[in-house]
Amino acid sequence: MKVLIDHISKVYIDRRGESTEALQDIHFAIEENEFVVVVGPSGCGKSTLLNIIAGLLSSTSGQVIFEGTQTDSRPHTAVVFQDFALFPWRTVLKNIVYGPEESGVKRKEQFEIAKRYITLVGLQGFENKYPHQLSGGMKQRVSIARALANNPLLLLMDEPFSALDAQTRTLMQYELSRIWEETHKSLLYITHNIQEAVFLGDRVVVLSRRPGRILDIIKIDLPRPRGEHLTLEKKYLEYADAIWGHIKKQAREAMEEAG
Amino acid sequence: MIGKVDQPRVEKAIVQDKTHFLQMKEHPWLSTASFIAILLLWEWVSQMAWVPPLFLPAPSSILSEGWTMLKTGIIFKHIFSSLTRILWGFVIACSLGVMVGILIGFFSIPEAVGNPIIAATFPIPKIAILPLLILWLGIGEASKVAVIALGVFFPMVINVYTGVKNVDPLLIKAALSLGSNRARIIRKVILPSILPMIFAGMKLGIGIALLLVVAAEMVAADAGIGFMILTAADLMQTKKLMVGLIILSLLGIFFNWLFQKLERFFVPWKQ
Repeated sequence: MKVLIDHISKVYIDRRGESTEALQDIHFAIEENEFVVVVGPSGCGKSTLLNIIAGLLSSTSGQVIFEGTQTDSRPHTAVVFQDFALFPWRTVLKNIVYGPEESGVKRKEQFEIAKRYITLVGLQGFENKYPHQLSGGMKQRVSIARALANNPLLLLMDEPFSALDAQTRTLMQYELSRIWEETHKSLLYITHNIQEAVFLGDRVVVLSRRPGRILDIIKIDLPRPRGEHLTLEKKYLEYADAIWGHIKKQAREAMEEAG
Repeated sequence: MIGKVDQPRVEKAIVQDKTHFLQMKEHPWLSTASFIAILLLWEWVSQMAWVPPLFLPAPSSILSEGWTMLKTGIIFKHIFSSLTRILWGFVIACSLGVMVGILIGFFSIPEAVGNPIIAATFPIPKIAILPLLILWLGIGEASKVAVIALGVFFPMVINVYTGVKNVDPLLIKAALSLGSNRARIIRKVILPSILPMIFAGMKLGIGIALLLVVAAEMVAADAGIGFMILTAADLMQTKKLMVGLIILSLLGIFFNWLFQKLERFFVPWKQ
């Protein structure tokens, strides 16, 4: 299985008929079991790209192709959103079984799936809590478990840790790294955080500011499992520095434009 | 230093909490005490015969009148008549209101068709439609139920419509990404999202229902609280009239309490 992002472009046209180009000819592939991170300055159309891949937005040109999949009714993707998007009226357990429920999995099996992912993300004891009773980090664990329980061919994550405080964010990066090493799902991860991109990714796609173009695709050749020790290694810092080199000018321009 | 003025120094300047006055004090006994005080004042004024009992009977005499009506059971006949009408009108209006509200909130064609109709009919005081309803449905129960249903329908439909429009689009996206289709989105995302709005509509609606049942019963009825109040007034039975008013107040308080309990039960995720 391979996901081909085939020359995607996106132009937004507002009510007055003015057009804004958000993405320009984005072309890359996500291999099976690969962790791809898209990194770019704010307003580079990263989230636009993710929404197009998730089937939640139409592209202006180009298409997203899942190659070599069996034609079954299984959902192709599942998204972990920055703002969690948990159903507030569902408990942790009921949130996690949402996907299996929708694909007609039997109740007993739903429960087993939920149990497996609750254990994987470390939510034991919280099954019957409502989202509003959880901290941000816990909420995002639920969201990750919910996406995984849907058994997607490609897992999509849209700046999932941006709404968390810095310390929780770092811990969640370690957690995600561990979870991914256990599941090896094909994963596309959107972030504006360079360290996060290097820490998590097998490959990093660097986007320019609007209109988003691919500046570089960098293969991150760091051993797994990755843990805290990695952040002190020279190679890690070199990767981060290389990406920052690409983005620095873009980010400054974006900042000045916004100001 | 710029702006330095030679002023005499004070030894200490202590920082005060400037928001102090914003903290509302609680007066746990005042509500009950003042309520009782007003009743006692009323009783006293009546006992002293400063106001003729025809205009303002004493609370104690109203209470004893109520007790007599309770014992003879006459009061239950009226309450039962009114409650039956309210219940029918309310149930019809709530179910229709929720359905129509979702329809016009979620689908563009019903929205385009429904919105102007609602905008045009909503401002008409519903009691003004009663003569027309009597013309159409006769003088019996149907026209009374219809006017109540009409009155409750509008706040419900408007609340539901607003609720649907304000459903978090991210939740819809999440459900879509997890494999929901449109019908499932309505059932599993829209409906639970708007539950608090439905309850708000019910609370608004019950007040309107009480108003309309009384009005409709004053126009034409042979039983009901409105009928009871009107005949009492015709016969100058002020005490009986007052009993009717107290029943209406109690009914209002009861329904509010009931809906609050129901909301707690059905919307446990909102504190």
